[in-house]
Amino acid sequence: MKEQTARRQDGEAGGDRRRLFQARVLDLTDGLYRVALRLTRHESDAEELVAEAVAKAWAALDSLEDESRFRPWIFSVLINTFRSHCRRRGRELSLDDCQDDAGGEPDFSLFDKLHQPFLLWWSNPEQDFLNKLLGEDLQRAVDSLSECYRAVVVLVILEGCSYQEAADILAIPIGTVRSRVKRGRSLMQKALWMHAREAGIHTATSETEGEM
Amino acid sequence: MGNEHKPIDCEEVLRSLISYLDGELDKAATADIDHHLKHCRTCYSRAEFERHLTELSRKIGPSKAPAELRRRLARLVEGF
Ligand SMILES: [Zn+2]
Repeated sequence: MKEQTARRQDGEAGGDRRRLFQARVLDLTDGLYRVALRLTRHESDAEELVAEAVAKAWAALDSLEDESRFRPWIFSVLINTFRSHCRRRGRELSLDDCQDDAGGEPDFSLFDKLHQPFLLWWSNPEQDFLNKLLGEDLQRAVDSLSECYRAVVVLVILEGCSYQEAADILAIPIGTVRSRVKRGRSLMQKALWMHAREAGIHTATSETEGEM
Repeated sequence: MGNEHKPIDCEEVLRSLISYLDGELDKAATADIDHHLKHCRTCYSRAEFERHLTELSRKIGPSKAPAELRRRLARLVEGF
């Protein structure tokens, strides 16, 4: 540790270290910003969060043991920075506690709502539904998730992290990632369904069926 | 050397479909589901639906960070 700190201060090697850090950060800025934006849901908050995380990452660079793990490492710094923001606002457990999960309610499936096995082959209500979905509908559905599901959904679905990578970033077990990804998708689909009904996007067959 | 597949039912496919689509199942379990999807129209349609929805979700929000943030980070790191 001490040796590395000394090296950082040492002119030439320190400059290399900084240039390398800068290159990696600029490489990952888009991903960091996308995750920060979905977590904070506000553009200026997201920019602040990324800048603060990058400063923290530099200060903690010695804790990065394996250079090839830079991406999950800096994302975990971003997540921890967000955690401390929540804590400051008195929302200690928001990212780590899925308590607001709707009890034992079974998973919701849009496909089950839309699919009609006995329709003629050219009719495809589930495809019609997807065709009518807008980017903003999907964004609203993701943003409607509580942070604990949203963080997993954003890392796995939007950023394409593996479950193991998401587990490392969030410092939670991989089995927890697996179940939150599943539940998060289900809650997202339910939000899409409710919105579609409110907006009258989907009215064709749903009205005659019972509520979930 | 025949392709041996453990026959699995729709219930089982449903249970691990998300992990399957996320590429998180091992080879054998993936092959079992591949095989089922080739022969079951309903599960195939469900898998296609989930896959398509995930693809659409992947495109949410801006793909790039604002230019001002990139400049700000560059300046920030210069100052370290
Ligand atoms: Zn089936």
